[in-house]
Amino acid sequence: MSVDIGSLKGIVEIRWHGRGGQGAISSAQLLARAAFDDGFQGVTSAPTFGAERRGAPVSASNRLSREPLRTFSQIEHPSAVIVLDDTLLEVADATKGLIEDGWLVINSPLDPAAVECSGSFRIATADATRIAQELDLVVAGSVIVNTAMLGAFARATELVTLESVERAIAEKFPAELARRNFEAARRTYERTKLATGGS
Amino acid sequence: MATVQQPETSIITGNEAMALGAKLCRVQVIAAYPITPQSQVTENLSGFVESGQLEAEYVTVESEHSALSVCIGASTVGARAFTATSANGLAYMCELIHWAAGARLPLVMGCVNRAMAAPWSVLNDQQDSMSQRDAGWIQIYARNNQEIIDNLIQAYKIAESVHVPVMVCYDGYILSHTVMPVEVPTAEQVDAFLPSYTPHTILDPADPRNINQVTLADPRANEVGETCHGYMELRYQLQEALGNARARAVEVDEEYGRHFGRSWGGMTWGYKNEDADVLLVAAGSIASEATVAVDALREAGCKAGVLAVRVYRPFPERELLEGTRNAKLVVVFDKSLSYGYQGPICADVKAALYGTGGGPAVHGYIAGLGGRDVKTRELVEATQESVRRVEAGETHKETGWINCQF
Repeated sequence: MSVDIGSLKGIVEIRWHGRGGQGAISSAQLLARAAFDDGFQGVTSAPTFGAERRGAPVSASNRLSREPLRTFSQIEHPSAVIVLDDTLLEVADATKGLIEDGWLVINSPLDPAAVECSGSFRIATADATRIAQELDLVVAGSVIVNTAMLGAFARATELVTLESVERAIAEKFPAELARRNFEAARRTYERTKLATGGS
Repeated sequence: MATVQQPETSIITGNEAMALGAKLCRVQVIAAYPITPQSQVTENLSGFVESGQLEAEYVTVESEHSALSVCIGASTVGARAFTATSANGLAYMCELIHWAAGARLPLVMGCVNRAMAAPWSVLNDQQDSMSQRDAGWIQIYARNNQEIIDNLIQAYKIAESVHVPVMVCYDGYILSHTVMPVEVPTAEQVDAFLPSYTPHTILDPADPRNINQVTLADPRANEVGETCHGYMELRYQLQEALGNARARAVEVDEEYGRHFGRSWGGMTWGYKNEDADVLLVAAGSIASEATVAVDALREAGCKAGVLAVRVYRPFPERELLEGTRNAKLVVVFDKSLSYGYQGPICADVKAALYGTGGGPAVHGYIAGLGGRDVKTRELVEATQESVRRVEAGETHKETGWINCQF
């Protein structure tokens, strides 16, 4: 996906859906860092403003732009939506505002064509939960899929490189944890399934 | 050969920018009580002190009233003191906010703007700091996270030269919790710009004195027969100091530009304002949003610009008077309200322009109360509505409310 597709004056909007504790806000921040390193001078990442609770639906957003950003209002027309927990597709109205030909990137073992979700956007799926389990990315019983899904996002949208994702993760985590988190992103990048057009 | 450390760009929240700024200013005493959305500032600063990155006394207090009291005490004995709060925390400090100004202490406070209860809201507007505008503090509003760290570093320089406390204000969540690129100055750069604080008065056990005691209406002789100011003279001096702060804020911002390669406009800042017929006036992140509205308005054939208030107290009277001279219309967006009247910035703009003869029409809008999102297109639509009314000869207009859903 090129930077200009569906974007408003060169600004790409992205929304993350997860449950409190899954790391949606952290992954949006990691994406901002990675995109900055990939040449987006304007990057923001914001949590959806409100009270957050463990397990409750939460969301976060990004704006990426080649120019410094001057707008901080809430995003309306994402070019990509990343869903960390597929039960949120309906609960959180995850595809709201998703632009035509945008990407819906879902943590799901299903093939994109099997995802029950309609619209004129494209669908990418990756079994991030399985990959995170393979790498023992489990905290207090919760499988942490946020860094893995950065790989799926990079694969579908081609907006950021794996190298920048690796640097962003390395900056955030201690060495051994960084290694496993990036390995999750890399494996997910490779195993992401892409499909054009919703069912 | 020693390599000179270069500033790095970090992708950080407004709160992280504020905490890093306070560390770089080498604050000596921090007393703060956590409150959303400010909490991350106190959390990060306590971490800096705990890990030894910042040599400061971090005083744990039971309330905001005590937090500012501690800072007042620390500043009185000559320390560089810092606190930060939001909304009800700021209101709880109210008595001491007046005290700090009257005592002429160069304190700096981060005010992470949040709506006032009731009803409870943790979200953004600017009612908290605006309600303290008459206390005698300097107030500076930041448009993005880079300006937060830069304004804080400038704030100590201003405060310590005019001896007036400074409130560094920035929008809760919209800036406090949003990450964006921030060039973090190096310690060497900040040390060269902001030398350590040389106190103007010191309360010293070796030289005991009574300060800020009950001061009666008229000047009186002290114990050695010198005539000392009465309350009114002291308050006149506070007003004079705020007046001097205008030039000082401009100088400090220019000097900052020479040291760090960026400055922020002094008292006000403009965007496509030089030839504008219509000027959008606001403070904080909504003024940044207004620059995007201006681009859209210009595309639609309306010669619009932004003239933003950066320093709100002292008020940029002259800059607004001169900056709006050629405009036909000024549209003011306030994120707070003087209940029973209108938006405080709007009322102040009208006062600044009054009596100058044939000035522009001034229309005010209330926006974004209690975290209500403000879209660029809403600023465009409000401006267009005002343009239509002025073209129809309606120069006076009641205060409008943006996206108030009745």
